[in-house]
Amino acid sequence: MALAKRIIPCLDCENGRVVKGVKFLDIRDAGDPVEVSKRYCDAGADEITFLDITASHEGRETTVHTVEAIASQVFIPLTVGGGIRTLEDIRAMLNAGADKVAINTAAVTNPEFVREAAQRFGSQCIVVAVDAKQVSKEGEPLRWEIFTHGGRKPTGIDAIEWVKRMVTYGAGEILLTSMDRDGTKIGFDLDLNRAVSRAVQVPIIASGGVGNLQHLVDGVLEGEADAVLAASIFHFQEYSIQQAKQYMADKGIEVRI
Amino acid sequence: MNKIAVIDYGMGNLHSVAKALEHVGSELNQQVEVSVTADATEIAAADRVIFPGVGAIRDCMAEILRLDVDQIVKEAIQSKPVLAICVGMQALMNSSEENGGVDCLGFLDGEVRYFGDDLRDADGGRLKVPHMGWNQVRQTIDHPLWKDVPDNSRFYFVHSYYVQTDMRDMVSGITNYGADFVATLADGNIFATQFHPEKSQTVGLTLLRNFLQWDGSV
Repeated sequence: MALAKRIIPCLDCENGRVVKGVKFLDIRDAGDPVEVSKRYCDAGADEITFLDITASHEGRETTVHTVEAIASQVFIPLTVGGGIRTLEDIRAMLNAGADKVAINTAAVTNPEFVREAAQRFGSQCIVVAVDAKQVSKEGEPLRWEIFTHGGRKPTGIDAIEWVKRMVTYGAGEILLTSMDRDGTKIGFDLDLNRAVSRAVQVPIIASGGVGNLQHLVDGVLEGEADAVLAASIFHFQEYSIQQAKQYMADKGIEVRI
Repeated sequence: MNKIAVIDYGMGNLHSVAKALEHVGSELNQQVEVSVTADATEIAAADRVIFPGVGAIRDCMAEILRLDVDQIVKEAIQSKPVLAICVGMQALMNSSEENGGVDCLGFLDGEVRYFGDDLRDADGGRLKVPHMGWNQVRQTIDHPLWKDVPDNSRFYFVHSYYVQTDMRDMVSGITNYGADFVATLADGNIFATQFHPEKSQTVGLTLLRNFLQWDGSV
């Protein structure tokens, strides 16, 4: 009897449709978010993460409706991220039926926002999303820096220090994306994951780079992740959630089947 | 008409519990009216009451007392089936270690404790806090709310504090995280869960369906 490692399919959505970029570019259409969420939930996904990459105000309204529609049909935890900047944004997403929000750029712009958000809504619903990129040169000790604005803006902030700080401010969970690996399908950055997982007490969701089921196993066993997030391997039906769970269970990982 | 009142004292997301109840009601072909409210009259008129809660216990207790929710809950547990969820369960106990120590409602006998900063499993592996995700619940008694829920089913938890009680007869479910802790309590017409049934997919919805049909007897 033990806590299960979680498999979290991620829906990157733009203007109400699921899309998935490769290295944050190249968009392919992958379907209706409500249908996709329901399919994943029925297939045994442990949570759903919905990342809104819409920039326009009108698009944001669509997002609230989409979250409402997902939440009325999906009875597993739902995390919503993308463009969360104010306590009002959080309130709107929670009211629409989200259980957690993922904060990325706004945490860097104003770290106090994370503290206020955790105080107001509780740490259990505050996920800090971190986009990290390796900046150490060959032969140097490994070092990662965080980036904002969907991975476009360097910040000069060390990833490990940043995650520790966010946890002291009240982050209840860390969604850690390797920008070097995102969309590459060559596996998680396991060194990054392990370093972050060991640095803090809260759960870490590994993200970026999953191309096959062994990558999920490696993320847990070597990257010491508490949950693994993937998008394209599930969206394009290369693997089902059940296949992923069975594969992990066969490798001795505790999962919910 | 089955009237369910979800007590709203301003803490956390009550929409998911309301939506889950409506979903379960429609599956039962039952006329279920779910209201999310702090209105004493409306709650008094309900057939069943849900006492939820998320976030920090000090803020929860402050709002409970400010809005006289303590009186509302007290009346409800004297007369109808009550389901307390997560911090709602913790608020029923005597006190909590969270936030430097907080007096709770004292309707059930027991304390709320912190998991600890260096929690380990039996093999010495480090366990993260909060306890977040799907863990198994061992049913320690027969109870109408466990009907059709397989023993050792996984439910969704998210919490850093847990209930400890000497009243062993009250414990209806146990989960292990570092050590065994109380996952659910049952005392007369009160059932309390540390996990979130509204987020626990099929088994959680089954428990909620049982609650909609429960008359409060054991």
